[in-house]
Amino acid sequence: MNEIIGYSFIVIGMLFDIFGCLGLLRLPDVYNRLQATTKCVTLGTCGILFGTLVIKGFSGTGIKAILCILFLILTSPVAAHALSRGAHISGVKLWDKSVCDKYEQDRSVHSS
Amino acid sequence: MMKMLSKYKYLRWFLGLLVITSALVFITAFGFSSLLEWQSPFLSRCFFVLMICFSLCLFRIMRGPTPADRAVAVDTLGILIVGFCAILSIPTGRDWYLDIAIAWALQSFIGALALAKYLEGRGFDE
Repeated sequence: MNEIIGYSFIVIGMLFDIFGCLGLLRLPDVYNRLQATTKCVTLGTCGILFGTLVIKGFSGTGIKAILCILFLILTSPVAAHALSRGAHISGVKLWDKSVCDKYEQDRSVHSS
Repeated sequence: MMKMLSKYKYLRWFLGLLVITSALVFITAFGFSSLLEWQSPFLSRCFFVLMICFSLCLFRIMRGPTPADRAVAVDTLGILIVGFCAILSIPTGRDWYLDIAIAWALQSFIGALALAKYLEGRGFDE
């Protein structure tokens, strides 16, 4: 029973990984690609790690999986925000069908 | 030319979806699982599904128009390798694969922050 639940979590994580990488390939802009690939972290890799935890139980492997989940959830949004901020400052243009750019307005207000 | 192509937009979407799903079904059904002498054939097929994700990320690293694309793809590749180590730890039953996963997540985080700092300091307009 544990193995069935864990394998279903692993399959869900695998599907989210595939969709995140398809978004990385197909979407038109850096920011859209970043928005697709952060889904690949929280539900993809953390789903796989949670499946490992369910299969192995609270042994040494399970405790390490919990540690890895906590570390990923704490650090990956920080990395994504830093990457998008660096991309915006380095001058990457938005897609021409994008609607609004709040960060650019904010920077122009503070600089003037 | 572009008008003629945009006429068959939905046909092209459908053909691309068909090709991608058929490739996925082919690899997951008739994977090269005899190459890996594992106990569970399901996990060895998960291995090949993750290989497809690696190849998509490597394609984006090769053909990114801007450096920011390449930084995003490198970050995603590190995250995928963490999941790959977690899958490797199930059939082999060795828990030091999770140690590799934690160390790789730490290294990927620090690498992403360094890449973001590099992109910020570059400054095309100032």
